[in-house]
Amino acid sequence: MIEKNKHIILKTKEVSIGYASKKERTVVASHINIELHQGELVGLVGVNGVGKSTLLRTLTHVQKALSGDIFINGKNIQQYAALDLAKVLSLVLTEKLISKNLSVFEIVALGRQPYTNWVGNLSDHDIAIINSALSKTNISDLKQKKCFELSDGQLQKVMIARALAQDTDLIILDEPTTHLDIYHKVSTLKLLQKLVKDTHKTILFSSHEIDLAIQLCDRLIVMTPDSVVSDMPCNLITKGVFDSLFPKDLIAFDDKTGTFRVKK
Amino acid sequence: MPNSNTYKLSFLVLSIILIICFLANISLGSIYIPFKDVLHSLIGNSTEQETWQHIIQNYRLPKALTAILVGSGLGISGLLMQTLFRNPLAGPFVLGISSGASLGVALVILGSSIFGGVFMSLLISKWSIVIAASLGSSLVLFAVLLVSLKIRDTMAILIIGLMFASMTSAIVSVLSYFGSAQQLQQYIFWGFGSLGNLSWDELMIFFMIYSLGLLISLASVKSLNTMLLGENYAKSLGLNIKRSRFAIIISTSLLAGTITAFTGPIAFIGLAIPHLTRQVFNTSNHKILLPGVFLFGAIVMLICDSIAQVPNSDYTLPINAITSLVGAPVVIWLLVRKRKMVF
Repeated sequence: MIEKNKHIILKTKEVSIGYASKKERTVVASHINIELHQGELVGLVGVNGVGKSTLLRTLTHVQKALSGDIFINGKNIQQYAALDLAKVLSLVLTEKLISKNLSVFEIVALGRQPYTNWVGNLSDHDIAIINSALSKTNISDLKQKKCFELSDGQLQKVMIARALAQDTDLIILDEPTTHLDIYHKVSTLKLLQKLVKDTHKTILFSSHEIDLAIQLCDRLIVMTPDSVVSDMPCNLITKGVFDSLFPKDLIAFDDKTGTFRVKK
Repeated sequence: MPNSNTYKLSFLVLSIILIICFLANISLGSIYIPFKDVLHSLIGNSTEQETWQHIIQNYRLPKALTAILVGSGLGISGLLMQTLFRNPLAGPFVLGISSGASLGVALVILGSSIFGGVFMSLLISKWSIVIAASLGSSLVLFAVLLVSLKIRDTMAILIIGLMFASMTSAIVSVLSYFGSAQQLQQYIFWGFGSLGNLSWDELMIFFMIYSLGLLISLASVKSLNTMLLGENYAKSLGLNIKRSRFAIIISTSLLAGTITAFTGPIAFIGLAIPHLTRQVFNTSNHKILLPGVFLFGAIVMLICDSIAQVPNSDYTLPINAITSLVGAPVVIWLLVRKRKMVF
């Protein structure tokens, strides 16, 4: 298979995630072994509260893994200095911007912060990368607009462009499709798919749009309370992973169409 | 960027206004000194009247320079606090710097009746007020800094700063209760703020500490802009939040702390100037805001001081009252006119 020759961007080895305080350890999930390759669009799906956010927070080094190791480009995430990690991993989060009075260009330009000098002056090279990030996300015409003038869908693209400008091998997005209508959900995910093809970056996103993720992703990470499985969507369907994703009382997975149906 | 030329032009215009205000401030006062003579005096030539030279060099020039330092310094520290705490109501004194200074001064002025002896002898020296204010604000600040190193949540630091502020003002209340009428008056007069009492020696020390604070704020421009995205994004961009926060708090305290020590707790400027600048330049980019706040702060302070001197009269109104009386309507007008707050 071609896949085996591909460069491994992110790898976890027997990672368990959760929260540890002085008194107790709460394990959310354990024995997580996943590999993400260069140029893959990867979706992370699972029911509410199964630990998707905790997994993303752990993979992005916001919180520590309870045990096990995470490697980015073959180097343990613990050994990265903050600034070096910022050059291999960028994020798109759900949190609101503090100031919406920055222009689109200024926001995207902030993605160059790890590379700029102490005052943050942009070189011609930086500006070229910013402009290319703007055009890849189809928002070049919004360049001079202020962020408060934008719709949620446009703002999401701006934040994706900002992550692109950070020029990292891996981009991780936390629920990029929430608050968007079905058209913009699809358009955001299609954009991610296009970016993976154009830039050969690896993009990992968490989402509740399982149907869409099955259709668009190269690989899916499915989280259930018992296990974390990572494979290609068609393999996961054959294995019947989606059948066990939700409690069976209300919805069922249809293998033929690859969608969930409401039980009548 | 396409806008950088308009910004450059605005900065040029503001700089010219600043120079005009500076000269006007020196020229106006209980005695009017013509512009021509002000210029002559400043470049070292003799003036028409001997006394003018004396007035300018010993009183008006240090006062005008103080006004520039105070206005720009308070404006910048207000901007730093508003961005750090993501709060448009924050100002240079949210961390309790002025209440700390008030406590120090209150201890010297009001405490003498309680503690007697040592403090009484200190009272004679003008430096004692400056030193007490610096010690008081440093003490509160040190406590806040210690807390800030322990705590992850920036908002908690804001609340803790407010708690320190109310504790110190409670102590001041207790001291006031025991103070004599004359001591109370002296304390209240310190609270009015004054730009005019600085000698050249004091101004030099003031300027050195101010410059250090200003340099740190300049070095923080990049992290301030990154913080506009929120702390999690800032972290993902490789920013060391705790270190940047530390630098911003140090810069604010150096600026606001020395200003309060030398001129008393001057209100309003620190809160209003950043808003004024944001409205005028319509941006949140600190590369534009920082020089903008510097210029606006200095200009507004010079104008307020000129008004407080009440030209051609012997009155000097409390500078603290003038800053609010002049400044508040301007900010209200700007907000009403644009119908939208820029933050």
